[in-house]
Amino acid sequence: MAGFHNEHEPLGGSILSKTTIICGILAFIAVVLLAKRMVLGLGAVTNLNNGYPWGLWIVYDVVIGTAFACGGYAMAVLTYILNKGEYHPLVRPALLASCFGYTLGGISIVFDLGRWWNAWHILVPGYMQTNSVMFEVALCVMAYILVLWVEFAPTLLTRFKLLHLRKKLDRVLFVFIALGVLLPSMHQSSLGTLLVVMGYQIHELWQTPILPLLFLMSAITMGFSIVVFEALLGAGGFHRSVRHEMPQLGKLAAIIRTMMIVYLVVRFGDLAVRGALGAIFTSGIKSVMFLIEIALFATPVVLFSSPSKRASKKFLWIGACCLLLAGALYRLDAFLVAYQTGAGWSYFPSVQELLVTIGIIAAEILLYIVFVRKFPVFYTHKLTPAELAAAHTK
Amino acid sequence: MSVNRRDFIKGAAGGGAALATAAVVSVPSPAQARPNLEMSPNAVGLLYDSTLCVGCKACVAGCKEANGLPADVNTDDALWDTPLDIGPKTYNVIKLYADGTADHKDQEKDGFAFIKKSCMHCVDPSCVSVCPVSAMTKDKQTGIVGYNADICIGCRYCVASCPFGVPQSEFDTPTPKIRKCEMCRHRQAEGKIPACAEVCPTGATIFGPLTAITEEINRRRAMKAGEANVFERRTLGSGDTHERPAAQYVNHVYGETEVGGTQFRHMAGVPFDKLGYPNLREKSFASESEGIQHTLYKGLIAPALVLGGLVWAAKRASHIDDEHPEE
Ligand code: SF4
Ligand code: SF4
Repeated sequence: MAGFHNEHEPLGGSILSKTTIICGILAFIAVVLLAKRMVLGLGAVTNLNNGYPWGLWIVYDVVIGTAFACGGYAMAVLTYILNKGEYHPLVRPALLASCFGYTLGGISIVFDLGRWWNAWHILVPGYMQTNSVMFEVALCVMAYILVLWVEFAPTLLTRFKLLHLRKKLDRVLFVFIALGVLLPSMHQSSLGTLLVVMGYQIHELWQTPILPLLFLMSAITMGFSIVVFEALLGAGGFHRSVRHEMPQLGKLAAIIRTMMIVYLVVRFGDLAVRGALGAIFTSGIKSVMFLIEIALFATPVVLFSSPSKRASKKFLWIGACCLLLAGALYRLDAFLVAYQTGAGWSYFPSVQELLVTIGIIAAEILLYIVFVRKFPVFYTHKLTPAELAAAHTK
Repeated sequence: MSVNRRDFIKGAAGGGAALATAAVVSVPSPAQARPNLEMSPNAVGLLYDSTLCVGCKACVAGCKEANGLPADVNTDDALWDTPLDIGPKTYNVIKLYADGTADHKDQEKDGFAFIKKSCMHCVDPSCVSVCPVSAMTKDKQTGIVGYNADICIGCRYCVASCPFGVPQSEFDTPTPKIRKCEMCRHRQAEGKIPACAEVCPTGATIFGPLTAITEEINRRRAMKAGEANVFERRTLGSGDTHERPAAQYVNHVYGETEVGGTQFRHMAGVPFDKLGYPNLREKSFASESEGIQHTLYKGLIAPALVLGGLVWAAKRASHIDDEHPEE
């Protein structure tokens, strides 16, 4: 928060590198394909059909992408709501990734809407349909994108030396921080609720009235994991030491482990209550996907049970990656693999569809690199973790 | 900057309480799900009697004409309107069930039967429940489920959610619409009946108020197989009748209870799961999803409470600002 802004510095360095150039090219290809979609329609670029009306763009760019972008949310819970100041250095990079993840997710929804020019109807009171889970998700995501940028604004204002504005913003920032916890809690759970209405069309291994709870828990855990992931990736990519951050990353790993134990207990408890445990081994390809998912969820539980592994960059990295894959696969399974829409329909994303998604990811990476090099995002560690913690608990 | 232990515990407990509230309100109890919606007393609907259908597909052609739908070409010579199922170009189809030697009409073994597919005009429709912008609506009086492309944003949630796979989107145009049967509401506005019922030569598809349809269903249920009976064409009370022996019906009228009931009812001589109709429970899917949604967000009370707690917690964490002088 405000008091620490002078503790962040731009990493500096050149923006032009192999990575950024490749990302730029990939993003450009996506732009071209999206233009094609605008001129010729969704069918010209995607393999969407009426059996699978939602494909990769919804499931990856929105459902999985925003869960990957939960770092800012998860860290805000920890740092500001549970008041653990020691995690402060990890907040800003997480927030930045969230800003891009959500913003690009939000933009990509527009390209998936068949009748996008009517999208503003969501905001017209006469059209709003409050029974619709989609309505709630849309409104929450829109609001959260704004909130994220307000939360990130201090960084920008500092960079552009608009300190009087910063001061004003600092005074009300806590309201936005609160909203920045409420809104993702709402829509990350509702992304699960979206599927409840599909009833029997979602396989019983995934369909349950507690989808919102499972989605929320896994989203928060993915948020913590992405913070670990990004910190370690940043360390490699920017030759930046994470020595100072390792203790906190280790503690995040412990939190991830606990949350995953609870998640798995709830998940299997729910299967047992619904009498669906038998389906785990009798559902063909769906069983296989389910078991891979569970194995990925369980890996960090095992790895992060050992304090020495939690102190190892390598194992932190493996555990975080497993959990991110698990959360992504859970969403992919629930939305596409588990979706049984009747005989005769099939879906696998087209190359062009994949290229758009890849381009969006590339754009996120590109923007992230530009921002951390040019804006004060990363923490300089002039304060020790102990001092930070003390400041927060004062 | 000393750590005051008591404050710390108080603080952590406060933040934890805010989170706990958030967690509790996000675990809905199924008991709070709303009941299924009730049918309007003035609801209108259709009855399709598979045992009367001769498979002429006049209804398919009549529907296309009444709704200005293009041919759905699926053969190499491109000379036939041959829809394989309902879709953006076809609002209703007649399908054929055949088993073994297919010798006997309306018989499961070694028999055959026709079946119609189109929008069921659910009493508690998923498509209406999920539409974020009220482009899918259910008429309060007639119960007809209609669509307005001028409002629709094209999210295709209706396509994904319908338990019968009815609404379908166009994908081959930059201005796609959702397409589905609207029970010819444009014709009904002119005092006419749906085209499929109008053109049906055997009265296999008839139109009427649901009260009359329910009575007719009961009359047919009571018929003895093989005995001559009178059947009406087009609409109940049309006076346009023909006589024929009643068939042996299965003991199941599709649409009476499925997902809370539908205004399009089906009778047949072959079990419905053989005819491509899913076995569905009585509780509507819309009621379950709306129940969860409204448990969480009713009047936005729970979110407001949680927000209050979060604001308090965030404000508390922000007091550290004062500890650090501005740069
Ligand atoms: S059958 Fe499908 S499209 Fe028709 S009213 Fe029911 S949910 Fe809506
Ligand atoms: S596609 Fe159109 S009609 Fe269907 S749910 Fe979305 S906005 Fe409503």
